[in-house]
Amino acid sequence: MAFDIAITTGSTTPIYKQITDQVRLAAATGKLGVSDQLPSIRALAEQLVINANTVARSYADLAREGLIEARPGRGVFVIHKRKVFTREEGWRRLEPLVDGLIGEAMAMDFSREELRQAIEKKLARWKAVKQGDQTHE
Amino acid sequence: MSDPPVIQTRGLTRYFGAKPAVYELDLAVPRGSVFAFLGRNGSGKTTTIRMLLGLLEPTRGSGAVLGYDLCALPPEARARIGYLTEDHQLYGWMSVRQSCEFQSQFYPRWNGRVLNGIIDHFALKPEARVKDLSRGERAGLCLAQTLAPGPELLILDDPALGLDPVARRSLLESMLYLTRRSARTIFFSSHNLADVERVADYIAVLDRGVLCACCTLEMFRNSVRQVRLRFAGAPPPLPKVPGLLQAFRYEHELRLILVRLNGEVEQALRALGPLEMEPLPLPLEDAFLSYLGEHGERSFILDEADRDAGEVLKE
Repeated sequence: MAFDIAITTGSTTPIYKQITDQVRLAAATGKLGVSDQLPSIRALAEQLVINANTVARSYADLAREGLIEARPGRGVFVIHKRKVFTREEGWRRLEPLVDGLIGEAMAMDFSREELRQAIEKKLARWKAVKQGDQTHE
Repeated sequence: MSDPPVIQTRGLTRYFGAKPAVYELDLAVPRGSVFAFLGRNGSGKTTTIRMLLGLLEPTRGSGAVLGYDLCALPPEARARIGYLTEDHQLYGWMSVRQSCEFQSQFYPRWNGRVLNGIIDHFALKPEARVKDLSRGERAGLCLAQTLAPGPELLILDDPALGLDPVARRSLLESMLYLTRRSARTIFFSSHNLADVERVADYIAVLDRGVLCACCTLEMFRNSVRQVRLRFAGAPPPLPKVPGLLQAFRYEHELRLILVRLNGEVEQALRALGPLEMEPLPLPLEDAFLSYLGEHGERSFILDEADRDAGEVLKE
């Protein structure tokens, strides 16, 4: 499975949240699929050189959301692919990305129309890819 | 966790001359925790540690370690404590192997597997002379010798001091390895917040001998918050805000770092009439720096007792 969790210290995001966010994102983008296995709490803590309680905290959050499940004696598995963020949280995250995109595009002298076209073109391609994928929106 | 704390002090105080090095310290270290003891140089960390080990008598106050009065720690209790000093004292003329054999004589229980595991982890050669070891290697050797007797409580005085990144990582790995036995407790002082962020469950912050925080790492992060207030023009003068640690004033905005941002404080800030008020995330290091800064008020103690984000500020 090509899924790696990486954390950074000194970030504005606490480590447990970095892990939670990465697993959610991987599940949302399809990098992690249903019944894929995650490292055990101990293994991930050792790999990242962090306190095992931090991983446990993150996994507990993910389990509560119904995204993963610990099967005793077997490991931790992804059980569901679900909406990752609340609508509100989603908007909060989307906004700076859109701002960044517009800023860069303007700096490169693209017109509004050109930018709009570029996005539409990409969206059309994504639509094709996403077909057959049961999204929740 | 109704287990009694492994370390508990009440009003622990030590004067050197007229100056209190540690003042009225109330510390509780839960069993099984990785507990980081933070503070600037000279804030009283080593003095505290020496009192905890019964190496230095308190001027007043009391404390217990592993349930024993710290002024009368019996040898059985001492045997259950591993202590790593700041200055890694070893005999230079011995080889690594000799040094380990020498140390092992003092302990009835000596775990050679743990010892060798750590020695390997730090890539130490058994035949090397101790005096020829680098600082990181000496640290590794001392750590191995401190862990080999299987201590229940490990007290490390700035174990990462002077270590290169590779040795520091080995140290952290060894510390984490140790806590796989959940009954073990590690109490360590440090200046390295990246390390603390990785391994600590709890932190205590000492500032000029006075304890100003003692809580989980998570609670510390949740309690020290940054808010940005945007204004149309220059920001108005700031009234007295309870819990303010630091204020930064810019052309059109105010950035405040506060402890325990509650409804009352929020209202006071809204009364300044900002166009917009939003929380800004804060890295642990910045939270810590503003907590120890010279700015703002200095009268907050954060501890587990005021979980309710209450307004009880200790004066």
